[in-house]
Amino acid sequence: MSLDWFSLEALLGGILIGFASALLFSFNGRIAGISGIAGQWFQWVRERVQTKSPSVFRGDALWRFLFLSGLIVGGFLMQGTEYSAQPSPVGLPLVIAAGLLVGMGTRMGWGCTSGHGVCGLARFSGRSLFATLLFMGAGMLAVSIVRLMGGFS
Amino acid sequence: MNRPALFISFLSGVLFAVGLSLGGMTNPEKVMAFLDIGGAWDPALAWVMVGATGTFASIHPFAARLKKPLFAKDWSHIPKRGTDLPLLAKVGNVLFGVGWGLAGFCPGPALASVSSAEFSTLAFILTMFGGFWLWDGLRTWIPQS
Repeated sequence: MSLDWFSLEALLGGILIGFASALLFSFNGRIAGISGIAGQWFQWVRERVQTKSPSVFRGDALWRFLFLSGLIVGGFLMQGTEYSAQPSPVGLPLVIAAGLLVGMGTRMGWGCTSGHGVCGLARFSGRSLFATLLFMGAGMLAVSIVRLMGGFS
Repeated sequence: MNRPALFISFLSGVLFAVGLSLGGMTNPEKVMAFLDIGGAWDPALAWVMVGATGTFASIHPFAARLKKPLFAKDWSHIPKRGTDLPLLAKVGNVLFGVGWGLAGFCPGPALASVSSAEFSTLAFILTMFGGFWLWDGLRTWIPQS
């Protein structure tokens, strides 16, 4: 039997992601949706800057800031291993367009791969399933277009 | 939130990022190969989804039965079941999918890739926050239903 389609490290990585989300939910009662955490933290910071109020890290903004810092620190822990983060294979103009679409689309669509794709699906949420099918379908289409344009080089 | 809860937030972020890296999500080429069903399709990342949803789904029901979370006072607002996302949100899901496919990054893996110090990855994160900002600005112009 061929096991080419199986990836143990992908499964273990997924289990760790699910465990991290369960930790945040069980202990803090919060859903580990990255776009929501990052977007709401950023919104809060911008409000503080506008009103020139001095304390930038309080309340919900503080735990969101710590979670996001943890994400960045976790990446540094893996740097230098065979799992080091890699750059995108596409050019800078496409990366910049993608960043705008991802930022806008995730806030507009109430979540991303983590909120809808992991936490939502695991709670058997119908609308998260629909959202996941929409962004995966759109992603498949976009990749095909990039490949047809020869953008992988 | 109290100190233990804040520590859990940080720890959860660290573990989340380690899981993303181990699973291959911080390699955009691999992510794009997973989405490339018409080309040289690489199904490996489906196992990340299986592991993550399976684990969360096994622990979530027990946690949800608690009166309150172990370290915090209340549960965050979780939308009611059975309600549909508005049309505009579905448009957002599609826009996000297009962006995900174009460069191979979604928000979590992008942040877990700061360590690579790659210029284009940092540019992605910057414009992603720009996108958050853009939507916050645009939605004030859209009448609430």
